[in-house]
Amino acid sequence: KLQSSISDPMTSPPPQLRSQVIALYKNLLYMGRDYPKGYAYFRDRLKSVFLKNSGVKDPDQIKVLIGRGEFVIKELEALYMLRKYRALKHRYYEKDEATTSATTSSSDKEAPTKTQ
Amino acid sequence: YIHIINKADMAASKGLKILVGCKRVIDYAVKVRVKPDRSGVVTEGVKHSMNPFDEIAVEEAVRMKEKKLAGEAVAISVGPPQSQETLRTALAMGIDRAIHVEIPLAQLEKLQPIHVSKLLAKVCESEKPDLVILGKQAIDDDCNQTGQMLAALLDWPQATFASKIEPSQDSKQLRVTREVDGGLETIDVSVPAVVTSDLRLNEPRYATLPNIMKAKKKPLAKMSPDQLGVDLQPRQEVISVEDPPVRKAGAKVESVEDLVGKLREKGLVK
Repeated sequence: KLQSSISDPMTSPPPQLRSQVIALYKNLLYMGRDYPKGYAYFRDRLKSVFLKNSGVKDPDQIKVLIGRGEFVIKELEALYMLRKYRALKHRYYEKDEATTSATTSSSDKEAPTKTQ
Repeated sequence: YIHIINKADMAASKGLKILVGCKRVIDYAVKVRVKPDRSGVVTEGVKHSMNPFDEIAVEEAVRMKEKKLAGEAVAISVGPPQSQETLRTALAMGIDRAIHVEIPLAQLEKLQPIHVSKLLAKVCESEKPDLVILGKQAIDDDCNQTGQMLAALLDWPQATFASKIEPSQDSKQLRVTREVDGGLETIDVSVPAVVTSDLRLNEPRYATLPNIMKAKKKPLAKMSPDQLGVDLQPRQEVISVEDPPVRKAGAKVESVEDLVGKLREKGLVK
């Protein structure tokens, strides 16, 4: 572990890691199409983040960064699902639930006093 | 036509064959704009995606496959050439194969649930699914008719607004929990049946790029309404499409006298 952490600037990382990074970039870019602030906003930030880390040579460090990227994919999936669910709930159910709760609470108020 | 199912134990059989309907609609997050000539809404260059309730239907079919309740899941879409992208999303989510009933552009705008349900009924004659799952309604027209019409055409039982689908106690039927006004209703339906999905049935998975690429290898068959022998003659004419009226701001009053005064001003009180 100690030897691998001493980075040798002469050796480049294994080619599998390079293709993994490229695949990660493509997958994130694809997900950017649904980003609330727009594809262009997402793409510009994605590009700058990947460029910022392009100098990293240590394979362990690259794997950590890939893991971070995959975590972002999971976060985006959760964001998109939540947004869509909330939008549909608001559009199709909010009024119904408001009506149901209004009618239930008014009838509930009546029932106890009647039995008393 | 009559489709007789061997009422064997569902768990033991090789699984149900499910047909899932998907519709290509304007994406739910897009701000819809009415065309200046008030003939419809702007669709050119606008982002489209699978109807959210259909995504839920697709997800349910895939989950039933994962639970070994279903053996094969087929997706079908009635629409323009771009509906293929919608079907590809369904395939990426885990559907086995897809059918595209292509509608010529000229007939697309006048297409109604009555036509779609007739097309689906014809496909059911040849595909013979055990279960058809459709989204309860499309977010563009909000008709909420296709599932019900399809069940009537096929003379199959229907379980609409499903929030849960599971085998019945004796495993010979499907137990469906429905979202109805004022609560939940649980019914047992025999297969073959039509089910329409409601919001709380499940949370659909995201179709990631690797899955979309793998989906390109899955079979996608094309059909035409003529092949199916369905007449697409329009039965309705859209007179106009307009924006909903802008909500006027209300006014707050400080006292009862103010309220009465304002009501008098509006001529609502003498």
